[in-house]
Amino acid sequence: MIRRVLPHGMGRGLLTRRPGTRRGGFSLDWDGKVSEIKKKIKSILPGRSCDLLQDTSHLPPEHSDVVIVGGGVLGLSVAYWLKKLESRRGAIRVLVVERDHTYSQASTGLSVGGICQQFSLPENIQLSLFSASFLRNINEYLAVVDAPPLDLRFNPSGYLLLASEKDAAAMESDVKVQRQEGAKVSLMSPDQLRNKFPWINTEGVALASYGMEDEGWFDPWCLLQGLRRKVQSLGVLFCQGEVTRFVSSSQRMLTTDDKAVVLKRIHEVHVKMDRSLEYQPVECAIVINAAGAWSAQIAALAGIGEGPPGTLQGTKLPVEPRKRYVYVWHCPQGPGLETPLVADTSGAYFRREGLGSNYLGGRSPTEQEEPDPANLEVDHDFFQDKVWPHLALRVPAFETLKVQSAWAGYYDYNTFDQNGVVGPHPLVVNMYFATGFSGHGLQQAPGVGRAVAEMVLKGRFQTIDLSPFLFTRFYLGEKIQENNII
Amino acid sequence: MAAPWASLRLVAPVWNGRIRGIHRLGGAVAPEGNQKKKRTILQFLTNYFYDVEALRDYLLQREMYKVHEKNRSYTWLEKQHGPYGAGAFFILKQGGAVKFRDKEWIRPDKYGHFSQEFWNFCEVPVEAVDASDCDINYEGLDNLLRLKELQSLSLQRCSHVDDWCLSRLYPLADSLQELSLAGCPRVSERGLACLHHLQNLRRLDISDLPAVSNPGLTQILVEEMLPNCEVVGVDWAEGLKSGPEEQPQDTASPVPA
Repeated sequence: MIRRVLPHGMGRGLLTRRPGTRRGGFSLDWDGKVSEIKKKIKSILPGRSCDLLQDTSHLPPEHSDVVIVGGGVLGLSVAYWLKKLESRRGAIRVLVVERDHTYSQASTGLSVGGICQQFSLPENIQLSLFSASFLRNINEYLAVVDAPPLDLRFNPSGYLLLASEKDAAAMESDVKVQRQEGAKVSLMSPDQLRNKFPWINTEGVALASYGMEDEGWFDPWCLLQGLRRKVQSLGVLFCQGEVTRFVSSSQRMLTTDDKAVVLKRIHEVHVKMDRSLEYQPVECAIVINAAGAWSAQIAALAGIGEGPPGTLQGTKLPVEPRKRYVYVWHCPQGPGLETPLVADTSGAYFRREGLGSNYLGGRSPTEQEEPDPANLEVDHDFFQDKVWPHLALRVPAFETLKVQSAWAGYYDYNTFDQNGVVGPHPLVVNMYFATGFSGHGLQQAPGVGRAVAEMVLKGRFQTIDLSPFLFTRFYLGEKIQENNII
Repeated sequence: MAAPWASLRLVAPVWNGRIRGIHRLGGAVAPEGNQKKKRTILQFLTNYFYDVEALRDYLLQREMYKVHEKNRSYTWLEKQHGPYGAGAFFILKQGGAVKFRDKEWIRPDKYGHFSQEFWNFCEVPVEAVDASDCDINYEGLDNLLRLKELQSLSLQRCSHVDDWCLSRLYPLADSLQELSLAGCPRVSERGLACLHHLQNLRRLDISDLPAVSNPGLTQILVEEMLPNCEVVGVDWAEGLKSGPEEQPQDTASPVPA
């Protein structure tokens, strides 16, 4: 129609523009226009947020009942159990905010993937036992219609912890507690150890504890992907962004002893998009801090730790990232197929990887040797000087080994007592923690997720009582020390 | 079920009740694409309707529940008749066969009935169990592990026996001499690694395990692990192709981060 009209105008000799031209060039992108129009029409239909003026599909929703900061195994586990335990289907809206959708620095993907019940605290043992039964029945818990079953690649080879003379008594009492809780652990003398595993050098070993069932290692990526898939099918929303601000309100109240206390409640979470200044304020009722190694930053955003030191307001969340190295090596004459994950008296550990005489392992550095957690660069000299000598002493076959590769990952290290922080904060009443597990978060994730979901939905721990893991212990100074940290 | 009519009914709500659209679609569905179409129609429905998804989920959960029911632990029977009686009853109920020491094999017939006379001699230890094609899983092994003097166990083609179950077999280490895992779809080399507790094993059958990634290498490693045992089932040369130009199936590469 326009084209038919124009020749008249052009016939007058005026300087008119041809149809379809604009200053600077223009090409009619018909397919793009059609798909944009389709998108706008879809957004008007009920059930979708109306983005007529701008496209907001990449932004999180404006309201969400629960916002989980951190999309690793702990965050997804909490999301899963919230959806599993909610009173009716679709009762609560859960949003998981994850800064890095490639999980390049997340502790879950970089983990060695072990699970064991040989702890000294009964709560840790119960968490690991529940997690083992969760992993065993993972295709019932995380079954999604039409999706293939998950293959966790679980190696049920167990953990072998070695103790020197001075630690032998502690190990015996720990094994007693473990057996009471239901873990199947057996104690072995150096002779029995030599009989069973002839490749071990038992010099300096007074006692060993060997987990017979429900212990071993598995593929953490598979668990993460399985949880993600199931949680998406249950209706949890995902967002890729960074939490930059909490908007909260405070209320001054009096305790029963007439002391003034300021209670804070978070109302909004500002989620900033990747590589842009755009942010979305998400109104929320509950915030769950499952940010792993960066949990302290999220806690600081909520104002936890701002106050005179020594008071409850001034108690910071003592979780910091600590870098740990894992090395992969090849040793053709090394221990055979039956090798458990061996944790030496010196703290060095190793396990088999695959069928081809490859092993992986490492060692936790002492406080003085702690590497700088600013990046995930690997220090190969650490293996030469601090890990290899201990391995070669314990397993003589490891004197001739060849390192194939190595990687580094973060522990969300709890500097207070190396155990997790679970439950609400006493002053910021709607922030719940699920972090600080210092290297055993992956193996306790299902149990902790369930505990936090129970706390959020029912107000108390129902199945496993994790009250010793509450935040208040940092203020009260009650350390619950876990001896068997690898 | 006539596919075009079925698809008419099922597709109607998605097209917002526009009858014109239904007729158009009905004509387009060809009968020979029936099977594939049926599967994708079901998937399509599951993706669009919560009800269909919930129904399919319920059916899936019911299947799993049936297996759990079969694998209950018979603690009351154990109190009444002792561990051997309870274990034997469990196996016979699942469809397997049991042999008490110095007696004949007891098998259920094709209707699932078996002779009840074994209750009379249930102090006699059970010597051999043939649980082929049964639905035994991790919980059901509770009943099996009560048979302390079991010498021969056959778990051929059991679809629910996986690596976790194998890690549970160590209480039978003193007596078990023969074990067969042929054809179990969920057993992999990781489960075979925990058979090293069974030091009295003399014959192990690991043929036809589809989940084992490298059968030849696994056989060698298992033979090394159990020196007194005859490991049957895989030709060790399997995977080694003749000819210099083809590489032998080699070691698993280190797992990247």
